[in-house]
Amino acid sequence: MELLRFATAGSVDDGKSTLIGRLLYDSKAIFEDQLESVERTSRERGDAYTDLALLTDGLRAEREQGITIDVAYRYFATPRRKFVIADTPGHIQYTRNMVTGASTADLALVLVDARKGVLEQSRRHAFLASLLGIPHLVVCVNKMDLVDWSPDRYEEIRSEFRSFAMKLDVRDLTFVPISALHGDNVVERSANMPWYEGSSLLHHLEEVHIASDRNLIDARLPVQYVIRPQDQASAELHDYRGYAGTVAGGVLKPGDEVVVLPSGLTSTVAAIDGPGGPVDEAFAPMAVTVRLSDDVDVSRGDMIARVRNRPHVGQDIDAMVCWLANEPSLRPGAKLAVKHTTRWGRAVVKAVQYRLDVNTLHRDEGAGGLALNEIGRVRLRTTVPLFYDEYRRNRATGSFILVDEGTNNTVGAGIILGPTAAA
Amino acid sequence: MSSTEQWGAAGASGGTTYELTHLQVLEAEAIHIVREVAAEFERPVMLFSGGKDSAVMLHLAVKAFAPARLPFPVMHVDTGHNFPEVLEYRDRRVAQLGVRLVVVSVQEAIDAGRVVEETGPGASRNRLQTVPLLEAIEGNRFDAVFGGARRDEEKARAKERVFSFRDEFGQWDPKNQRPELWNLYNGRHRRGEHIRVFPISNWTELDVWQYVAAEGIELPSIYYAHRRRVFPRDGMWLAETPFVTVGPGEEVEERMVRFRTVGDASCTGAVESTAADVAQVIEETAATRVTERGATRADDRISEAGMEDRKREGYF
Ligand SMILES: Nc1nc2c(ncn2[C@@H]2O[C@H](COP(=O)(O)OP(=O)(O)O)[C@@H](O)[C@H]2O)c(=O)[nH]1
Repeated sequence: MELLRFATAGSVDDGKSTLIGRLLYDSKAIFEDQLESVERTSRERGDAYTDLALLTDGLRAEREQGITIDVAYRYFATPRRKFVIADTPGHIQYTRNMVTGASTADLALVLVDARKGVLEQSRRHAFLASLLGIPHLVVCVNKMDLVDWSPDRYEEIRSEFRSFAMKLDVRDLTFVPISALHGDNVVERSANMPWYEGSSLLHHLEEVHIASDRNLIDARLPVQYVIRPQDQASAELHDYRGYAGTVAGGVLKPGDEVVVLPSGLTSTVAAIDGPGGPVDEAFAPMAVTVRLSDDVDVSRGDMIARVRNRPHVGQDIDAMVCWLANEPSLRPGAKLAVKHTTRWGRAVVKAVQYRLDVNTLHRDEGAGGLALNEIGRVRLRTTVPLFYDEYRRNRATGSFILVDEGTNNTVGAGIILGPTAAA
Repeated sequence: MSSTEQWGAAGASGGTTYELTHLQVLEAEAIHIVREVAAEFERPVMLFSGGKDSAVMLHLAVKAFAPARLPFPVMHVDTGHNFPEVLEYRDRRVAQLGVRLVVVSVQEAIDAGRVVEETGPGASRNRLQTVPLLEAIEGNRFDAVFGGARRDEEKARAKERVFSFRDEFGQWDPKNQRPELWNLYNGRHRRGEHIRVFPISNWTELDVWQYVAAEGIELPSIYYAHRRRVFPRDGMWLAETPFVTVGPGEEVEERMVRFRTVGDASCTGAVESTAADVAQVIEETAATRVTERGATRADDRISEAGMEDRKREGYF
């Protein structure tokens, strides 16, 4: 069974919690004791109905204030797939939450209230999904019951959303008209909307093709850990030296000619061990241990790649950075720790080229800095060379985080555009 | 999983699809996390209670470093209220792997007066574990502590990061968690602070059982149906042990039961079951309509926010 990770986004009251509650409920991922506890809380609060949204609100403060604060993860399965939902709240800290929840998602699900249409927030959600390189975007036009199941209203919203999405890098855009409250087109096709010819939301989630979303071309193994059992085990392991890591792209096979960066030394893959023993091929996101035929010096933070297909190696990088800290803001001259694949270094901000208005996509070149939840194009210089690809080409080797060296907090998310263009 | 079964699709000649099953993806994710910690921390330790989640976590950790040995010790917070089958299993596993076991004794902490035993109905040693746990982390200068908690277990856990920062008092601040992006984990901390790490965050109870089956992982026998003297309390079956007092009106009888979680024997309930092996447990788990904690943990029923409050104080 395949795993699909998806992130949900919507403005407050668009019906996101209701939709998730329904998906969980209809796929029998809600247990009786959970339902009872939600019914009890609903009764105590004097709600007129059992609020399925309570199923997804985890923390005390959220229950008290009736709002959702942080990303929450939910799990359900159908006979076809297992699903991980990253449920990202739609109001405060929106960008911070969505990038956290959506960075590893295969699919983003954006809710739009059929009465309100495409709001600024809907545009922002779609933009973030495209920035994060989420391959599939599903727009659920919710509360169709409140617009009399009108195909015209649905079409109107669809075309408006589409014209905005044209400006973005969205590979696969799908629309589903639903009523989360009544279940229309959530699990089963709705009899109330015979004019809709697509599949139900759940059916789409089960069928959407994700296997080819991965990069199977550029072989990359960031070395995580060097396994050397020689001091403990038997004589036959005396010379064992394995380079453990999670494949970040491409396919590696025994016999492949590889290069180790930064040394540039070349060797051949002698063997690859997966968690269950030797394997013929390794591809993302397998966690493997690679042995080489030559005794080359390899340590954590190095990158193994194919001789004729190497990543960029460099210290001057242009990236879209999403700033996640309250204080201070990101300014030229700032020095930060950077983690890229399995490599830590330091980075200095050379320039903030522009700040992006995520609602209009307007570039403000006079911004000079990025405050909390702002996104902009940033030029960085790192103390150590990074071995990277453009994020568009590879999310694993094209991403990094920035960490404040004083507080140790994660303060920035970086999406690599490429080497800094020569001035 | 045998290697052919596990990677079969990819290894087949002709049109390879490069697909992984959900268990393979979860396994890879967990191994990645464990290796990351071993590489970046000075003194990690893995909690190992002998329960199924920690058994699976330990199994994954062993795989992460094979053929070398596990590069860190394991630690058991012993409430003193144990099922003998679980202790026996714990010691056997540790001996097989040749790893060092650190035992943290709640009884000792009580005897020394560092914590005070709860009294009255519903008293348990569950909450008392926090103090000796934090003392052991401090005393051993552990900087990373692996736990087998899963996000599907409980609402507060659903929001916790994989790398979960703890301040010098061991406290969790749910409103101030570090953003966690891609698989770029940030374990940086100051001396005295530590990180709790949850490699099987994204596993469900069913995933755990499917993996136990696929890998042939041995578990304590009490996870499978057996006859036991039990009595009903708070809607679940409590085992008759030296650690609980059977109250008036509570009647002990022998029933076929198994445990879905293993914790302090005084507050971990059994469920009626005839599932005597892994396959039958999977069937039962897939069909069950009650969460494992709701069914079997009196400690989690204290209040809507029971787990969150304990976690803030430094509980697992
Ligand atoms: N009529 C109608 N109401 C809905 C629908 N979906 C959600 N709602 C209601 O809209 C309100 C907000 O829903 P909720 O799920 O809490 O929104 P969230 O803030 O996006 O999580 C609640 O009163 C829901 O019952 C729908 O499809 N039709």
